[in-house]
Amino acid sequence: MKESSGSSGLRTYVLTRLALALLTVLILLTVVFLLMRVAPGDPITAALGARLPAKELEKRKKEAGYDKPILQQYGEYLGQVVTLDLGESVTDNRSVTSILAENGTATLELTLAAFTITLLVGIPLGLLAGRYRDGPWDIGGRLYGIVIYAFPVFFLGFLFQLLASQVGWPTSGRASPIVEFDLNKVTHFYLIDTLIQGDLNAFWDVVQHLFLPALVLGLTISGVLIRLIRVNLLQTMRGDYVEAARARGVSERRVVVNHAFRNAMVPVVTVAGLQFAILLGGAVLTEETFNWPGIGSELVRYLNQRDYVAVQGIVTVFAIAVVAVSLLIDLINAFIDPRVRYR
Amino acid sequence: MRQRRLSRWLEPIRESTGVSRWIFWIGVAIVAFFVILAVFAPLLAPYGFDQVSADGVRFPKQGSPDGTHLFGTTVGNYDVLSRVIWGARTAIEVVVLAVVFSLAIGVPLGLFSGYVGGRADRVLVLIMDALFAFPYILLAIVIAFLLSDKLGQGVVTAAIAITAVYVPQYFRVVRNHVISVREEPYVDAARALGAPRRTIVSRYVLQNVIQSVPALATLNAADAILTLAALGFLGYGIQPTDAAEWGYDLQRAIDDAGAGIWWTGLYPGLAIVLLVTGFTLLGEGLNDVINPLIRARSTAKPEIEEQPGGEGEAAILSMEPPRGGEEPRGP
Repeated sequence: MKESSGSSGLRTYVLTRLALALLTVLILLTVVFLLMRVAPGDPITAALGARLPAKELEKRKKEAGYDKPILQQYGEYLGQVVTLDLGESVTDNRSVTSILAENGTATLELTLAAFTITLLVGIPLGLLAGRYRDGPWDIGGRLYGIVIYAFPVFFLGFLFQLLASQVGWPTSGRASPIVEFDLNKVTHFYLIDTLIQGDLNAFWDVVQHLFLPALVLGLTISGVLIRLIRVNLLQTMRGDYVEAARARGVSERRVVVNHAFRNAMVPVVTVAGLQFAILLGGAVLTEETFNWPGIGSELVRYLNQRDYVAVQGIVTVFAIAVVAVSLLIDLINAFIDPRVRYR
Repeated sequence: MRQRRLSRWLEPIRESTGVSRWIFWIGVAIVAFFVILAVFAPLLAPYGFDQVSADGVRFPKQGSPDGTHLFGTTVGNYDVLSRVIWGARTAIEVVVLAVVFSLAIGVPLGLFSGYVGGRADRVLVLIMDALFAFPYILLAIVIAFLLSDKLGQGVVTAAIAITAVYVPQYFRVVRNHVISVREEPYVDAARALGAPRRTIVSRYVLQNVIQSVPALATLNAADAILTLAALGFLGYGIQPTDAAEWGYDLQRAIDDAGAGIWWTGLYPGLAIVLLVTGFTLLGEGLNDVINPLIRARSTAKPEIEEQPGGEGEAAILSMEPPRGGEEPRGP
């Protein structure tokens, strides 16, 4: 009996959350669409106006459907999103799908590596700060959190590039030109592709190129994580079960490691999701700093060329990705933690 | 009368103790320093922000720091020290405008949504949450990009782009606060006594809710500096001929790093870090000082002074989307 009410609670929660996510996506898509129509001129004229004669422009406009009523265009745009075909860029005729495959993977590789660094730095420092409250680790960790937050990604990147130029470490691109040229891009994740090729030198070259951007992006986000883990640990250390474990005579070390740490880590899942949007935003800046050919730097390039179709496609994908990740995180949480479902 | 009111406002600052007091005053000092730079930039800066020569002599390109150019010169022949000082003026201008704009839109909207409730509330919450979920830099870029054709790439464009990022935050904080205050006994009492809605909202609800605004506004100011710099870095901020902007200067300096030219990026970068830290400390200090619960706790029972997310909650708010109070989870 209890079982069944629990699972129906979960089902209701999942369905509601799903509906909410769809609605959020719809709102974001509408905002993206409206913003792109507010932009001066139609996409074709904006991108190619200076280069093509008026007649040719008219023809292209008609082909692309920009002479249709706005509501119809809106409907077609939504249809494109549903069928996952986001059109072709105006300036260089690349389909948005291939932009995603080539540049999106570069961004994904960067953000995943950065998030690994965030966890490697953030978890130990956060746990130490919470464990030794008001001690040197705590004060150091909190100061670090405030100061690292104040560092723009690109300034930290600048400083690391200064250092790197002293030791000859690469500061630009995903790989050396020769390596990139020879690489058989199967997955477009260079770390994996070089391994598939079995070329360890190329792999090392890719690691070298990835390290600095990932480090810079990862560090700037680690401050928030430290802070949250610290607060959570402080809270769990006051929990009844920690007190009970102590009373049973469990050693302080075991209390901290087995009881407190583990529970303090639960919110890390949530934080991971919350950070995703920030990570994506930071990736745009990091990519510009390190000439990383990711989707962020592509977006900036297309903005500069006024290629609204490409911009609209990329921004649409960003919007869906952010909502999808936050949905995923909430669902994971609902499965892990029954309290979430009954809120 | 006026004096008494002022001293009542300052009371929390006098009463605060220990670390939060220090944090507050260090923040005040740093921000004051930059405000002075901003106000007296024409007197303090050795050259104009777009000046590339003096007395008919052109400044060196990427010249290293020396007697005439204490912080060196940039690739565009600008004097770095002057750009840093003028940059303070730009940063303060944009931040003040952006905070005023977001307050002017976000607070009334949150007040309305929270107090009236119903369908309007639900729709507004949905839209604001959707905007909130979006990567904020992207939102700012797209808006700055769209405005640049009509308003040019100046201080106002940058401020509006930043405003779009922060309105959802103010909306959220104010709305949630209003909802919790709305059902308080004293508001109920006022309602029962027949006070008109306007009085209830302006005297009982707003006065209460407004207290959480200064800390949030200060912390958002810190964030706004970063967003402004990010816009400048990506080329959608303020144009170099309009005003000096640190983010733009850093973008121009990135290529210098490989050549070991450190002065073009170091100084504007440090200016950003310092000013953001100043605003953060000020905001954190205000948070502790204004929030009477934290104040009371720090003097009463030290063992429960640390509440979930109590310390710097707004700081966390300003950096990431809070999800309906699930963040400080636990028993």
